[in-house]
Amino acid sequence: MSTATINNNFKSEEYFINMGPQHPATHGVLRLLLTIDGEIIKKVEPDLGYIHRSIEKMCEKDSYQQIVHLTDRMDYLSSHINNEAVCLCVENALQLEIPERVKVIRTILDELTRISSHCLWWGVMGMDVGALTTYFYGFRDREMINDIFEETCGARLTMNYNIPGGLMQDIHPNFVKRVKEFIAHFKTKIPEYNRLLTGNVIFQKRTIGVGLLTKEDAISYGASGPVGRASGYSCDVRKHHPYSALDRVDFKEALATEGDSFARYRVRIQEMWESISIIEQLIDNIPEGDFKVPTNAVIKLPKGEYYQKVETARGELGVYIISTGTKNPYRVKFRSPGLSNLSLLNHIAVGGKIGDLVATMATIDIVVPDIDR
Amino acid sequence: MNTLININNLFLSIIPAEITGLPKMAMIALIYLGIFAVLGLYLVLLERKVAAWFQLRLGPNRVGYHGLLQTMADALKLVSKELTGTVKADKFLYNLAPYFVIITSLMALGIFPFTQKLQAYDLNIGLFFLIAISSIGVIGILLGGWSSNNKFSLIGAMRSGVQTISYELSVGLSLLTMVLLTQSLQLSEIVEVQKNGWLIVQGHIPAIIAFMVFMIAGTAETNRAPFDMVEAESELGAGFHTEYSGMKFAYFFLAEFINMFIIAAIATTVFFGGWLSPFGVTESIPWLGVFWFLAKTFILVFLMMWFRWTFPRLRVDQLLTLEWKYLLPINLVNIVIMAVIVWLNLSIQF
Repeated sequence: MSTATINNNFKSEEYFINMGPQHPATHGVLRLLLTIDGEIIKKVEPDLGYIHRSIEKMCEKDSYQQIVHLTDRMDYLSSHINNEAVCLCVENALQLEIPERVKVIRTILDELTRISSHCLWWGVMGMDVGALTTYFYGFRDREMINDIFEETCGARLTMNYNIPGGLMQDIHPNFVKRVKEFIAHFKTKIPEYNRLLTGNVIFQKRTIGVGLLTKEDAISYGASGPVGRASGYSCDVRKHHPYSALDRVDFKEALATEGDSFARYRVRIQEMWESISIIEQLIDNIPEGDFKVPTNAVIKLPKGEYYQKVETARGELGVYIISTGTKNPYRVKFRSPGLSNLSLLNHIAVGGKIGDLVATMATIDIVVPDIDR
Repeated sequence: MNTLININNLFLSIIPAEITGLPKMAMIALIYLGIFAVLGLYLVLLERKVAAWFQLRLGPNRVGYHGLLQTMADALKLVSKELTGTVKADKFLYNLAPYFVIITSLMALGIFPFTQKLQAYDLNIGLFFLIAISSIGVIGILLGGWSSNNKFSLIGAMRSGVQTISYELSVGLSLLTMVLLTQSLQLSEIVEVQKNGWLIVQGHIPAIIAFMVFMIAGTAETNRAPFDMVEAESELGAGFHTEYSGMKFAYFFLAEFINMFIIAAIATTVFFGGWLSPFGVTESIPWLGVFWFLAKTFILVFLMMWFRWTFPRLRVDQLLTLEWKYLLPINLVNIVIMAVIVWLNLSIQF
C-alpha cells in the first residue's frame, strides 16, 4: 500500500479547543480558539472583550487629572509608566516646564516598574514551562519594589503618583536608601535567575527555535518592546525619543537577532540589567527642587491633537488626545503594546505543539486588561 | 498457595494463630490499607513542605503541630465533597477508572520487603510482577481521560498512554540489567544477594547507569515533573482528572504519590540493599530494617521532589526523543556491558 492510500485510510481530523477565558496559562481572561490536529496547532484565534471597561470612552467625560487614574487599570504591571504617558502628553500640550527633580524621580520609578514587571514575567514564564519555583523567586524580588512604591505613594499596584505638572507629593526620605538596598540585592539575584532557569537544558530546548518571528514580520505586525527587539527591530522609545530624564543617562538597547522565544527571554533579562544601570546613574544625583509646578485646578488643553509615546515594560504605549479646548478631551486613544503583540501570536504559534503555544505566549508577555482596555 | 504467597513471620506474630486462610489475608489487607492511606497522606504533606522549602515559603503550618494534620483535614474535606460528573460522560468507565489506578498501586505496595519479616507476599517473579502491575495503572488514566468527554482530559490521557508505554521499556530494561547480577526476580532474594555489597556497588559502572536511567524513567512513569505531560496545568488545566471531584479525584491523587513511593522503593530494593543497613552496622537488630528501608526510600522520594520543583517541563515530542533516541540505546548497550561483567566475574564483592 502506498503512503497516499494509508494517509487516506487513516485521515486525522482537526478539532477545536476553547482555551480560556479561564485557563491557567492565559494570564487573565483571554480566550483562545485553537484549531488542533493531534497536538499540532493549526490556528489560534484570540477572542477579546472579556474585561473591556471602555476606558477610552470614560476618558471623554473625565478631566485630565482623572484620566491618569484610569490608565493604571490598563497595563497594571507598568501603571507608573502609563500614568507618566498621560501626564507627559498633557504637560507638552500646556508647554509646562517640568522641574528636573520630577524628571529624575519619574525615570527612576519607571525603571523600578520595569524591573518589577519583568520579575513577575520571569516567574510566570517559568511557571508556563512547568518550573513552578521561579514564580516565588520572582515575587520575592518584586515585593521589595512594591514596598518602595508603597512607602513613596501609598499604593503597591495602581500608583497614581504622577499628576499633570509633576508628582502628587515628594519622595519619602528613605527612598534613596531603599532603592540602593534593592539594587544591591537584585544584582545578586539575576545570576540566580540564570542558574535556575536560563541555563537549564530543558528550558533552552523548550524555547530555542520556538515561536520564530522575523524582523520584517515584527515591523509589519507593529510589534514593540522586547518582542520587537528580540527580532532585531530597534524600537526602544527610550532610545529613539527620550523623555523625562532618559536623555542624560547612558544605556544600551537590549537587542537580539534570533527572534525566537529564547531571544525574547534574553532581551528581558538584559533589560533588567540596563534598568539597574539607569537607576544607578540617577539615584545619587536627584536634583533638589519642587516636586511639581502649579497648574490650574481645571486644566483645559488648547485646541488640537497631541500624541506622546513611552516605553512600558511591554512595548510602546501611545497616548493620543484630541482636544477642543474644553476641560474634557474630545477623544482619547491609547495605542497599547499588548494588542499588537498579541496579534502576531497566530503567526508564530501555528505549527507548534500546545506546549509551544503556552511557552510562546509567555514570552510575548501579555496583560489582558491592557489589550481590552 | 503457600509456595507462591509466603506470609512472613511478623504477621504471624501479630495475628492470632487460630485465624487462618481468608480472614487472615483480609486482616493483612486491612493493615496494608492503613499503611497505604497514612503513607499517601504524609507523602502529600512532605511534598508540600519540600515545595515550600524550595520556594521560600513555610508550607502548611496551621493544622496541628507544624501542619502535621493538614492532609488529614484535606482528606476529610475530599471525603465529604459532592461527587460531580459530566452529563455526557461514559458513566461506567468514568466511575471505574480511579479504581484501576488505586488498586494497582495498592497491590504493588504489598510486595516490598520492608524488613526480612515484613512482607505481605513474596512472589518468585516479584520484579516482573511490579513491572506488570505498573502498566495496568495507565489503563485507569486512559479510561478516565477518555470517558470524561472533555478534550483537555483526552489529550492528557493520550499523552499518558504514549509516555507510559515508552518509558516502561526503560524501567524494565534497567531493572533487567540488575537481574543479570542477582540471578533472581524474587525481591527477598535480591536483598539477600546484597549482603555482599549493595548492587549499585557490586555492579559499579553499569549499575550506576542503570540507576540513573531507572530514576529518569521512573519519574516519567509516575507522570511527575519534568515529565508531567499528563496534567501539565499550564497547558491542559488538570489533564486527565479535570472532570473528577471529591474522593475520585483523591484516588488519582493518592495513587500518584504512592506510585512515587513505589518507584523509590524499587530503586531502594534493587540498587541500595533494601532493608540492609550500610556496612551491616545494625545487623544484630533486624527490626531496624524498616528504618533503613524507609530512610533510603525517602531520600529517593526527596530526589524526585527535587526534580519536580526545579525543572521545567519537557514538550511531548522531546519526551519521546529522550526515551527512544537516548535512554533506550543507552540501556541496551548497558545491559550488554553488565552481561560481560557478570560473565567475566568483574563485579565488586566484599
